[in-house]
Amino acid sequence: MEALYAITVGMLTACSVYLILRGRSFPIVIGITMLSYAVNLFLFSTGRLVINQIPIIGAADQYTDPLPQALVLTAIVIGFAMTAYSIILAVRVRGEWGSDEVNDTSPNDGEGNR
Amino acid sequence: MLVSAHLVILPIILPMLAALLQLLPWGAQPQRYRRAIGILASMLAVLLSIQLLIAVDQGPLVYALGNWQAPFGIVLVADKLSALMILLTNLLALPVLIYSCYGEDNLGSHFQALFQFQLLGIIGAFLTGDLFNLFVFFEVLLISSYALLMHGGGKLKLRATLHYVLLNLAGSAVFLISLGVLYGITGTLNMADMANKVALLTGDDATIARAGGMLLLVVFGLKAALLPLYFWLPQAYATTTGAVAALFAIMTKVGVYSIIRVFTLIFGVDAGAASLLGYDWLWWLGLATLGIGAIGVLGSRDLRAVIAYLVVISIGTMLTTFSMNSERAISAVMFYMLHSTLITGALFLLTDVVAEQRGKTASRIVKGRKMAQHGTLGMMFFIAAIAVIGMPPFSGFIGKLFILEAARTGAQVALLWPLVLGSTFLMMIALSRAGSRMFWHTLDGKPGEVRHPTGQLTAITLLLATIVGLTIFANPVSSYTQAIANDLVHPSAYKNAVLGTGVSDVK
Repeated sequence: MEALYAITVGMLTACSVYLILRGRSFPIVIGITMLSYAVNLFLFSTGRLVINQIPIIGAADQYTDPLPQALVLTAIVIGFAMTAYSIILAVRVRGEWGSDEVNDTSPNDGEGNR
Repeated sequence: MLVSAHLVILPIILPMLAALLQLLPWGAQPQRYRRAIGILASMLAVLLSIQLLIAVDQGPLVYALGNWQAPFGIVLVADKLSALMILLTNLLALPVLIYSCYGEDNLGSHFQALFQFQLLGIIGAFLTGDLFNLFVFFEVLLISSYALLMHGGGKLKLRATLHYVLLNLAGSAVFLISLGVLYGITGTLNMADMANKVALLTGDDATIARAGGMLLLVVFGLKAALLPLYFWLPQAYATTTGAVAALFAIMTKVGVYSIIRVFTLIFGVDAGAASLLGYDWLWWLGLATLGIGAIGVLGSRDLRAVIAYLVVISIGTMLTTFSMNSERAISAVMFYMLHSTLITGALFLLTDVVAEQRGKTASRIVKGRKMAQHGTLGMMFFIAAIAVIGMPPFSGFIGKLFILEAARTGAQVALLWPLVLGSTFLMMIALSRAGSRMFWHTLDGKPGEVRHPTGQLTAITLLLATIVGLTIFANPVSSYTQAIANDLVHPSAYKNAVLGTGVSDVK
């Protein structure tokens, strides 16, 4: 189970890194979303993988760690809001610049302007 | 009674309450009430932070949220370092807020509330004693900074914000991964507890903890704008409005603070197999940041970009100095941090005024027409430039002196001195070129019509006055920063306060 889990997290991360390095905002946003999935899975695994146990010490021989679950929940909430914001931002940039290329301006365009 | 028992959390509560009140619909002209609330809150915050500074003189104060004791609950810890950083934040925030109240806050909706939320995040990051909580406060400050960076709208800001947001989202993911790694190995997120546990690690576990620590360094380096991760900064700071840029002068320092806190407490000298993790990286990358910043200052053709690169230089200077890891070095970093934050804030505001008064040429370093308040602005720019370059008599000079003095061994002197002094020289060239083009080589004819109210100029003068104050009281301030450095190098008082005796302090 650990190996499968690790491969999943690794694949997700690798794909997301590939997408984040693309030059257009849409694949980057997708990549970041994917990265947050990978991170959530990874965080979840830091309490070790345990099946069918309750998060209470002493109630059974084995227990599952509740803290990573709380961390994942926090990370999901924050990640969700951030993804929504970045999508809106990407759409706005697409509208204002007429292109979703992230880097195609010459650096001097901005001088003296806001 | 109530104040003293909850003093540690009040600097966080205050901006939050203010922001919530500001969000209420205040009738037809809400901005008047919102400004009043904001300025009142910021003034109270300055007083509170002074009281906190006095209170922590006896030792760190620990505040267990919900009375869950460390290491199981989340604790807020106020020690000398946190208290000083909070005072610095509020000292910067008040003049910037006053400045923004003359119309700049009308450029977009809810500037006032976002400003307070931003302060909430920054101050929370300085106070927390829990790594995951640090992540949460980072997110709070980032979310408001995303919105503030967009304040006023416009194509250029949009693109700069997109870069900033995407980079920081990736940064947050790396932060979470590093937290996961460290939690998986140590089983705790409380910084003091983690410091104890990391020190006991050996073999493979220690290697994994080192990997987690280096990931943290990447994240904090991104926030602080360390060399390979600084590219977002000049664009973002140069395109946003003056007040936002001035407030952001403290943002990079949050990254520096986090590096100082985590890498002295968890990966400090006593950390066993993980001791002094990343210090060699900080040394070289800091030096490189310093060099790149100096080139950027010289190469920029816009005064805003020049100041943005001055921020990069200050980050390089601070992190290089920090990596020398001696009490003297950390004390020098703290002094320089106070100076550079306040002076960069003042310069960003001043550039904003200059750009508006010059009209079409704005902040580009070219010949332009005279400004309406030419003499006053010229004097202010002169003082600010001297202070930021580090020429006597202002605090920049004293700060740089401390930094140069902190380099002890031959290799340190051989690398740090030429780079710091060389960058100072380049800064001097760039700023005197900018000053003479903008204030002396003006076009003949009528000066511009735009005048700025005295209140805005007073706000900038307030910031400049803090620099003068820092110069006059350099001796008490530096003895305070030495006390901070002493605490950081010997973190046992901090650990004891959090894990041991701190329990009885809390009600």
